[in-house]
Amino acid sequence: MADERKLCLSGTGITKVFGIGRNKTTAVNHVDFNFYEGEIISIVGESGSGKTTLAKMLLGLINPTEGEIYFQGVKRDISSHRKKKEYWKNIQAIFQDPFSSYNIFRKIDSVLLDCIHMRGGRGLPYDQKVELMTEACRFVNLKFDELTNKYPFELSGGQQQRLMIARIFLLKPQILLADEPTSMIDACSRATILDMLMQLRDEIGMTPIFITHDIGLAYYVSDTVYIMEKGEFVEKGSADEVILHPKEPYTRRLISDVPKIYEEWDLSTV
Amino acid sequence: MRHLTRQVFNSGKFVVGFSIFVGILLIVIIYPILFPYPPLEIIGQGNFFPPGLYVNVYDSIFTSHYILNLDDATANRIASKLDSEDRLAIQKWLTASGFPESEIDIENTAQLLDQWTNNFDPTKRFPGMTNADRNYFIRLNNSLKGLLSTEGAIIAVENPETASLEEAGVVAQNDYIVVNEVPNVRLLPLGTDNFGRDVLTELVAATKVSLIIGFVAGSIATLIGLILGLLSGYIGGQVDDVIMFFTNLLTVIPSFVLLILISFSIGQEQRGAFTIAVVIGLTSWVWTTRAVRSQVISLRNRDHVNLSKLSGHSISYIIIADILPYIASYVVMALILQISSAILAEAGLSILGLGPRTTEVATLGLMLNWALIYQAPILGYWWAFYPVIIVIALIAFSLNLMNTGLDQVFNPALRE
Ligand SMILES: Nc1ncnc2c1ncn2[C@@H]1O[C@H](COP(=O)(O)OP(=O)(O)O)[C@@H](O)[C@H]1O
Ligand SMILES: [Mg+2]
Repeated sequence: MADERKLCLSGTGITKVFGIGRNKTTAVNHVDFNFYEGEIISIVGESGSGKTTLAKMLLGLINPTEGEIYFQGVKRDISSHRKKKEYWKNIQAIFQDPFSSYNIFRKIDSVLLDCIHMRGGRGLPYDQKVELMTEACRFVNLKFDELTNKYPFELSGGQQQRLMIARIFLLKPQILLADEPTSMIDACSRATILDMLMQLRDEIGMTPIFITHDIGLAYYVSDTVYIMEKGEFVEKGSADEVILHPKEPYTRRLISDVPKIYEEWDLSTV
Repeated sequence: MRHLTRQVFNSGKFVVGFSIFVGILLIVIIYPILFPYPPLEIIGQGNFFPPGLYVNVYDSIFTSHYILNLDDATANRIASKLDSEDRLAIQKWLTASGFPESEIDIENTAQLLDQWTNNFDPTKRFPGMTNADRNYFIRLNNSLKGLLSTEGAIIAVENPETASLEEAGVVAQNDYIVVNEVPNVRLLPLGTDNFGRDVLTELVAATKVSLIIGFVAGSIATLIGLILGLLSGYIGGQVDDVIMFFTNLLTVIPSFVLLILISFSIGQEQRGAFTIAVVIGLTSWVWTTRAVRSQVISLRNRDHVNLSKLSGHSISYIIIADILPYIASYVVMALILQISSAILAEAGLSILGLGPRTTEVATLGLMLNWALIYQAPILGYWWAFYPVIIVIALIAFSLNLMNTGLDQVFNPALRE
């Protein structure tokens, strides 16, 4: 069955070692994975298990110490700025902390305009750009005309994360790495953000990869779950398989941290 | 931006430093407009004239004289001539001759003179009195007699034909002139220096040159430090290795030693003020580079930089738009400190005689150098060096105060 699905991102022996000598930390240790197009993937692990480091390597923001990453089955080549830019048209990210994700000296419109330019819309007339930005903001329930001339830090955490989704809406990447997109914002906004992401996935047909420490959230959203412990994938499989019938003690511990796992889902706790 | 400016000006330290600095700048700009004297013109024949109002004597004789009969005029005149050593000698003679000590007040000039003229007897001798002592008292008595004379002074002019002196007027002891009526009066608030230059005018010009040196050197150092720090910190790898190699090399050699060596090797002829500024700038970028580099390293992995990368921006754009604005306040602070230390470096170099060459401009350091060479501190000519030291201290103090103020605004952990 695996052969019928199209590979979108895969890796073999991905390793990242920080520091040298006695300060050496192996943040990610020889992980292998195959992410297929269309499935919803979660990478779950406790804080410090190397999730963000792995995400940055997948994004091409840092280079793996070892291992190869394949994009759509082809070895990834991001050796020049041009090639990186091409790659980033296909893979985008939402970061954990919205408050540090934006340049505090740049206004909201310029953040969104960047995305239009990235998609080759640099030459569009200005009203058309405004129309695109307005549409993107409407999608995430923000009013563009109220945001012009404002700075991202003037928004609440939830609004900033929604602006991030508006970026993705404009960029229409094939893969979205969402690195704990809801962990820094209030509980009420969480469900909204997740719903918007799932809606966006249906709209533009992207493959989302959720990175989270919350196995409940993974169960709620994903098809395939990877459990990460100390830089290694210790368990992987379909969400039901991994969460309802965990094999690893580490997975069981993660599950026991979420009290309502066998009860009916209450969206507001996700 | 407006918000930031307001915050900066809410910081007391910054405002005090800024006011002092702006005050110095205003003086440097306005003084030459009000008093357009050539700053290095030698006006005094002789060196280290004391501060004061200089009134032309020749003109004073030939301007209208007004007679004022003031009681204390004589006493003041004598008091100004009678130094404390003479007063103590008078006291000693009087007590030795049996005068009651309680009645002698050496501060009261008129009474003291009265007692002296009524009692002094050159023939009197006391036990323990040497001939030298006796002669001293006699000399003192004669000079006091001159002081006590009520005669005026006769002004004589030489007749060119007969070569004899003819009386041209008499200056009485109670003659006064009005300073305003004297055509030639010059105020030298800080006297003159060893060359006979007006110290205040020279000081203002020197402050200007020193500020320019500080600004040029500080800008060069900050610019080099900023560019190298940005490249080294952001690009990393081999670029970082090469830049850090030179930075470490220069850190090991104290920059002041380097400065002395370069200054010395340039030679006296080529050492203009501008050259010195450039040399100071070229030897002091090291710590700015280090500081900027470490700031950039802590910034380059921030998420907003990652987001900018993901938005397809180039390295140069990221450095300019995503890194530079975050360290801008830091760079301004570094610039302020560099200016202040460049001014001090120039002063240090010049004191060693390695500053700019001497003929065309004065700098604060050169003024100190000249004062030192001509031994002003030993001879007590305070006006030739104290004002310079105060100006240097004020500039450094105000700049550092501004820096501390900014630090408190930009670094919330330091706020009180
Ligand atoms: N830039 C870095 N330099 C050194 N160590 C790092 C760096 N980034 C992450 N690490 C280390 O790698 C490990 C994994 O971190 P991270 O990927 O952020 O974990 P997670 O996102 O799962 O919380 C941690 O031990 C962290 O200290
Ligand atoms: Mg993380």
